[in-house]
Amino acid sequence: MSGTHLGMPSFPEAARDAVHDPTLRGNLRHATHTIRDKRARAVAELDDWARLREAGKRIKDHTLRYLDRYLVRVEEAVTAAGGTVHWAADAEEANRIVADLVKATGESEVVKVKSMATQETGLNEALEAEGIRAYETDLAELIVQLGGDRPSHILVPAIHRNRGEIRDIFRSEMGEWGRPAPEGLTDTPAELAEAARLHLREKFLRARVGISGANFMVAETGTLVVVESEGNGRMCLTLPETLISVVGIEKIVPTWRDLEVFLQTLPRSSTAERMNPYTSMWTGTTDGDGPRTFHLVLLDNGRTDTLADEVGRQALRCIRCSACLNVCPVYERAGGHAYGSVYPGPIGAILSPQLRGTGSEIDASLPYASSLCGACYEVCPVAIDIPEVLVHLRERVVQGGPAVRQGNRVVLKPARGHAAERAAMRAARWAFTHPGALRAGQRLTSRTRRLHPRTLPGPGRAWSGSRDLPEVPAEPFRDWWQRTRDGKDGAK
Amino acid sequence: MRVALFLTCVNDTLYPDTGRAVVQLLTRLGVEVDFPMAQTCCGQAHYNTGYRHEAEPLARRFSEVFAEYETVVTPSGSCGAMVRELYPRMGERARAEGRGGALAATLAPVVPKTYELTEFLVDVLGVTDVGAYYPHTVTYHPTCHGLRSLGLGDRPRRLLEAVKGLELVELPGAEECCGFGGTFAVKNPDVSAAMGADKVRNAESTGAEVLCAADNSCLMHIGGTMTRLRTGMRPVHIAEILAGTEEAVTV
Amino acid sequence: MSSRERVLGRVRRALADVPADGAPVLRDYLREHGRRGADETVELLAGNLADYRAIVHRCTDAQLPEVLMRLLAAHGSQSVVVPPELPPHWLKAVDATRVHDRAASTPQDLDRVDSVVTGCAVAVAETGTIVLDGSPDQGRRRITLVPDHHVCVVRVPDQVVSSVPQALERLDPVRPLTWISGPSATSDIELDRVEGVHGPRTLEVVLVEG
Repeated sequence: MSGTHLGMPSFPEAARDAVHDPTLRGNLRHATHTIRDKRARAVAELDDWARLREAGKRIKDHTLRYLDRYLVRVEEAVTAAGGTVHWAADAEEANRIVADLVKATGESEVVKVKSMATQETGLNEALEAEGIRAYETDLAELIVQLGGDRPSHILVPAIHRNRGEIRDIFRSEMGEWGRPAPEGLTDTPAELAEAARLHLREKFLRARVGISGANFMVAETGTLVVVESEGNGRMCLTLPETLISVVGIEKIVPTWRDLEVFLQTLPRSSTAERMNPYTSMWTGTTDGDGPRTFHLVLLDNGRTDTLADEVGRQALRCIRCSACLNVCPVYERAGGHAYGSVYPGPIGAILSPQLRGTGSEIDASLPYASSLCGACYEVCPVAIDIPEVLVHLRERVVQGGPAVRQGNRVVLKPARGHAAERAAMRAARWAFTHPGALRAGQRLTSRTRRLHPRTLPGPGRAWSGSRDLPEVPAEPFRDWWQRTRDGKDGAK
Repeated sequence: MRVALFLTCVNDTLYPDTGRAVVQLLTRLGVEVDFPMAQTCCGQAHYNTGYRHEAEPLARRFSEVFAEYETVVTPSGSCGAMVRELYPRMGERARAEGRGGALAATLAPVVPKTYELTEFLVDVLGVTDVGAYYPHTVTYHPTCHGLRSLGLGDRPRRLLEAVKGLELVELPGAEECCGFGGTFAVKNPDVSAAMGADKVRNAESTGAEVLCAADNSCLMHIGGTMTRLRTGMRPVHIAEILAGTEEAVTV
Repeated sequence: MSSRERVLGRVRRALADVPADGAPVLRDYLREHGRRGADETVELLAGNLADYRAIVHRCTDAQLPEVLMRLLAAHGSQSVVVPPELPPHWLKAVDATRVHDRAASTPQDLDRVDSVVTGCAVAVAETGTIVLDGSPDQGRRRITLVPDHHVCVVRVPDQVVSSVPQALERLDPVRPLTWISGPSATSDIELDRVEGVHGPRTLEVVLVEG
């Protein structure tokens, strides 16, 4: 995945700064709470929501089970419709393919529709290295690109910025990239949107190469689907002569009809709308309408490794709606950057350590970036049991074990830094299987209760830095029980 | 009717009052309560931290200890969810690891007969008015595993609404996690504390004297945050509210 | 080994031990939400279009030329793009210069045009959506994208369906399709929706009876 995230500190460390940044906390709180209530209302309008969710889950599971078959089918259909299909085993290969395709057109700039896949591969940086300038055209992506920033949300990559910050970025940076921000630009969202419209218009109208991802690809027809709001997607998908779409292999649905589920669940889950303003669907190329050349790059980059994991593969059902981010209390306080990946939030916490492995400090800490409250699972429109996968990945971190990396079976070693915890867990397991020892410990704790402080030194500060310890009672329950029941049940 | 009380290791060691309240409440409702002394821990902390294999002996032990009882009642949403939701999963995982169906078979019998306390009261005993008296203003925090894994729904609220003298006030953002999350509380202390502080501020805004929940581990975190922030509010387990009567007011 | 073989090989190895998934997907979700007569469905469409800030007008076929004339005049449009086979009588009362989209027209040419008038392929009541499929009364995709004012004529009740599943049944995936629900919008600033970004900032929908 993108090099920008290598060498990230662990999640707790990265989250610490965010938690204590009042502006960021305020921005995230405002945005996530706004969308949470709206989503709940949009979903409540459909009284068959649970059935749509189950159907979406089943369609995706079925697709994943026969992914090889559907990939071949989509390749055939796209080719028959005039497109060219390329396969990329990893990010580097995808970037290479795209750079070569752009260079073959003789162009040195491209316009981009917001795409998670190309963020994941770090395409912009790769193109830059080849002398090709990639212009992000989604408003939030534009804010991130102009601000020299990193995305912090799947749907709204600039969610960490408020309107005032966005105005400042537009004022200071737009001129460097093209048309400057209008004189006297204020921070009203409508004016900011207008500034983006003016800034990008010239780029759209002259663009010869567009780059996109896709929300869905239909295997039986070879149709690609891009769901968007602003019209920047339509611009990039229809005005250029060449269109290159980089799409993760898990984005397939088998049939045209399957879209009837996702076109209902995706908009309501992501922007909380009955339908997003614009959805484009295209099948290969069409004479006289839109790009004359269409390339589809099918991207693996860790997806097949994820597919090999019985528990973890459900993460590949994800349709990138970001409902789980918006509802997550940890995301709300830690912000997206702490996840060290283009996929933040609960879905990122299960996706990044699978796509990239659990080798780095950040990836080994992500499965723990959750209180397992389950709010993410509840809102997920394809019923990914994120808590289940988190716990599964925690096992992989502390126990190691069999996994697949770059297509090869490996046996992972337990991650470093868990030795003390492992010893404590073993000791606790031993005590809990030896009630005599447990009871002796409980009694010792109770008898020395006057000596227990309400705060702890050293590593104990992780608890007592912000919370008092509970008072220890005079006797554990079992002693009271035995004393008052006089051994009525004490035989065991 | 006779039930086994699975108190949980946290309650046994740190919150014996909750255990006494459950015994008092169920006895008052005509239920005979046993406390099998061999019980220890359901293994939730192990399991959720990634030590599933360390949790297995604890789960097996749980099944053996409670084998002879028809009904097991626990005053903890998360430990109840561990048994009901995660024991079957542990069995499946063992099978997937090529270890056969032995673990699944051992654990299966306790799964359907284990009830969280409010579930037992409302669904099994069929009561919502347990004859309790509690003259305080209370706000209720639905803990995550009770709410989402067990689907306790409005059962705790219905029980609280029927308590004489109790004024129930709505907790803003009630369904948001308090930030405890087991080992999450120490592995991600900053985020956990921020969530706890927000929960406590929301609770404080209600003007209630008491924040009530059906899980003492969450209350340990919320209560510890309350005293640190000097709010003057108290965390109280729902069993202790439901056990109170006019004759013997629980404080 | 080609990357194609590499990726397909990885997929097959990953799935080697996974049992077959023979059961068909249960589609027990609704084909439409609620029961409505044709008139009520049109009402719902009008309401949902307006909810997302499309401007809705209703008239008879006979009134259409005058309505279109009025809308373009009210918008101050000097020029209007005309799809190749827009019914000729629609624009018979319009004063604005008719601009015909030609293969050689550039996006810049279109950017100088004020408005576009099209028909549509289908409209979806539950979501307030109109769908264009590039038929001759709609033209190629760019003509409804670059001009800032789009007037879309929907024949009711024939072209109106209740739901997304019903709309997909009517559409041909081989054609380039554009689903439009209100004017262009964004939620990118503080997750709050504002209308008016790159697509047409004014979307007017004329529901024509008869």
